[in-house]
Amino acid sequence: MVIGCEQVWQEISNYLENEVDPSLRASIEEHVRGCKRCTAVLDGTRNIIQLYGDDRLFQVPMGYGWRLRRRLADYMPGRRGTAYGWLIAVAALGLFTATLGLARSAASAPPTARSEHAQPGKGIPSGLTVLVAGHGKLFHIAGCTFIHEKDGPVRSMTAGEAIKEGYTPCTRCLGEYLSRLANLVRKQAWAVLLL
Amino acid sequence: MAMLEGASSVDRLAPKVDAHEETLIRRIQNGEQELFYELVKPHERRVYTAAFAILRNPADAEEVAQEAVLKAFTHLKQFRAEARFSTWLIQIAVNEARMRLRKDHSEVMEPIGERQDDEGTYTPREFADWRELPSEALERSEIRQLLLEALASLKSKYREVFILRDIHHLSIEEVAATLEISRASVKTRLLRARLMLRDFLAPRMASGWFGREPFQKGNKPW
Repeated sequence: MVIGCEQVWQEISNYLENEVDPSLRASIEEHVRGCKRCTAVLDGTRNIIQLYGDDRLFQVPMGYGWRLRRRLADYMPGRRGTAYGWLIAVAALGLFTATLGLARSAASAPPTARSEHAQPGKGIPSGLTVLVAGHGKLFHIAGCTFIHEKDGPVRSMTAGEAIKEGYTPCTRCLGEYLSRLANLVRKQAWAVLLL
Repeated sequence: MAMLEGASSVDRLAPKVDAHEETLIRRIQNGEQELFYELVKPHERRVYTAAFAILRNPADAEEVAQEAVLKAFTHLKQFRAEARFSTWLIQIAVNEARMRLRKDHSEVMEPIGERQDDEGTYTPREFADWRELPSEALERSEIRQLLLEALASLKSKYREVFILRDIHHLSIEEVAATLEISRASVKTRLLRARLMLRDFLAPRMASGWFGREPFQKGNKPW
């Protein structure tokens, strides 16, 4: 079958995609062999398909995949923000809470006692009978030389009551007393163990 | 939504999705939405290039690609497992890009291919022989640019068919279903797109003539 240039052009796509029957294929090839113009058209069309089918032709912008992923993450219902975003939010909340706590403690906590004489009573039996002078700030055990009559009338009360009223232990008499008491307890414990 | 309904006709013609993709889709449809990016990732480049080939602007293409992916995420429940996910996704991207183009009225270039419509016969121009196609041609940015210019200069009805068939390698049937045109129209437009691109590029790409003016009639090398 003899065919002309026009028929070749109309069938070029089908020919390149192997969608022509064998007899038409043979006719096209025979025509092209003797026709420079159709050879050029055929080669050029084949080149077009090859060039545009190459992945290198289109280059995606840098960061495109990352931006797409982030947009998708932001869009998902119930997932407004990425895990990284949540982490930042939790960290910020923690920082805020800590700052608030620090500010509160600084504002409301009593000023730190500066000397041992101003320390609140610790480790003192609450039932221990102690003495306080009317205008003094300390409580003592009986016989302490640091009880001053000029501070007003001396009252007796339990250590627990004295602490509750804001008195602090006298480090001279009560320190010595507590130290002796601790030693006594320690000795008794060893005695029990040695028996 | 016409675009998503249109996908169903593609689905009937397309080969089945691969097993991994099918499993992913099922899991996402059952609530594991965080897997969606894993499903989309292998196709994200194609979504962008489909949008870019139509819009010819990187920023618009990226925005449209993102919109297409979000739309696919929203409507994944409408996607049926017998379809190729990539075809469905590209179809959404193409439709989004077309809508953007209509909205922006951005057909700014005078397209080639005006001289004949679908009904007439396309006559290829008589240009230099273009046999050589160096494998490293696409490494050259000026050649890539030239190819994109040539593509951009096609009328949209030719460009869309060419993009889907020769760039994204959809079947003739898939292209027909995606663009909602007949199989015969796809073949006619595809042939013309190829010949018009060849007419545009051959004189520029022919060995030794890159960058020069195309041959004029009566000034042929043979």
